[in-house]
Amino acid sequence: MSDTAEDEFLDARSLLCPLPVIRTEERVNQLAPGTVLKVRASDPGVLHDIPSWCRVNGHEVLEAREDGDEQVVVLKVGADDDGAS
Amino acid sequence: MSKQPKAVALISGGLDSMLAAQVVKDQGVHVEGINFFTGFCVEGHTHAIRQKDKDKAKRNNALWSAEQVGVKLHIVDISQEYVGVVTNPKHGYGQNLNPCLDCKSFMVAKAREWMEENGFDFIITGEVVGQRPKSQRRETFPVIADESGAGDLLLRPLCAKRFEPTLPEREGWVDREQLYDFSGRSRKPQMALAAHYGFEEYSQPAGGCCFLTDENFSRKLADLWQARGTKEYDLDDIMLLKMGRHIRPAPNYKLIIAREDGENRFMGGYRKRFHTVRDLDNPGPLALVQGEPSADDLETAARITARYGKGRSAEQVRAEITPPGGEAYVAEVAPMPPAQIAEDWHV
Repeated sequence: MSDTAEDEFLDARSLLCPLPVIRTEERVNQLAPGTVLKVRASDPGVLHDIPSWCRVNGHEVLEAREDGDEQVVVLKVGADDDGAS
Repeated sequence: MSKQPKAVALISGGLDSMLAAQVVKDQGVHVEGINFFTGFCVEGHTHAIRQKDKDKAKRNNALWSAEQVGVKLHIVDISQEYVGVVTNPKHGYGQNLNPCLDCKSFMVAKAREWMEENGFDFIITGEVVGQRPKSQRRETFPVIADESGAGDLLLRPLCAKRFEPTLPEREGWVDREQLYDFSGRSRKPQMALAAHYGFEEYSQPAGGCCFLTDENFSRKLADLWQARGTKEYDLDDIMLLKMGRHIRPAPNYKLIIAREDGENRFMGGYRKRFHTVRDLDNPGPLALVQGEPSADDLETAARITARYGKGRSAEQVRAEITPPGGEAYVAEVAPMPPAQIAEDWHV
């Protein structure tokens, strides 16, 4: 699968879940809707947790895949609705 | 209130907090979840590290709960501030090093801060009076409300009817008649409510989701504090207490010996912080040596480490000993016979 072009990159390698999710939320909170963020991690749990976090918080997952011993998740920041994220 | 009221729900990943959020959401309240990362959460850490667990499902229960209820979830890192709760709990510890009452008050206080920063109106928890852990006693409920600063903005939907109405009830933001009066250790009311909502799968009850309630983990943490002469820790300490064999041959140093390849890889990331030891001649574990070991101590560490590798029966092995971030050197050592590894060295 080819890489999706990203606007922003987050290196979450060496972090164990849920820290990659926390760092993703912290970064997403600073980004405008529509921004594409690529997260690279080294805990297989991110392939469950970041897409799950995206689903509940209204962000779109464009890719979620293994890349050797690492994992890549690409997401598009959703519109900020009445919530706080 | 003319606008839709907003509540922030503490979501642990267990059934009760999931039900509490659902009950209030059902009343037309805008609910969002919050989950706190303390470093002691029993989630996927050990599964993520250990090779043999690679095929086990890795699910964050708090996220899963939020998906079931259909609410947003914010996972917030409070691990730095949480140190004070663990090292100096005002209300003391439970059976192990679990400061449950201080922990609950602290989390509700953090939820109150989040509520104020984000323009929310009240706080929900899944607490049930009389249930484990011991922070859920009738006399501790007002302590949590007071010490967190939440006061009567703290609503416990599953047992609200057993207490005086809170502000959200008095103001009509929620209908008290649609709240519950659960109490005691029976799980039957919660299971019935879960069935009502169609929740067929849920995780363990409160208290079982924290390493501080674990006797073995608490013993290792107490040993760490004793060796340092101070009740301090950082997140790396907590991660390392969750893995490997911990062997303390003397007060000034401790070995953490990997138990399998996943732990070998993860612990290799700490080479710059601790001495490392491994057998060069045979497959075997990496060991971290914490503390202030002498040259003789490091040879002893190498002998112990060799005992846990494939070269355990060899007369001599070449051990690689590497100082933190320094140059490795090689020492010829004899693997230590199991009988010489004293029982009380095992932490």
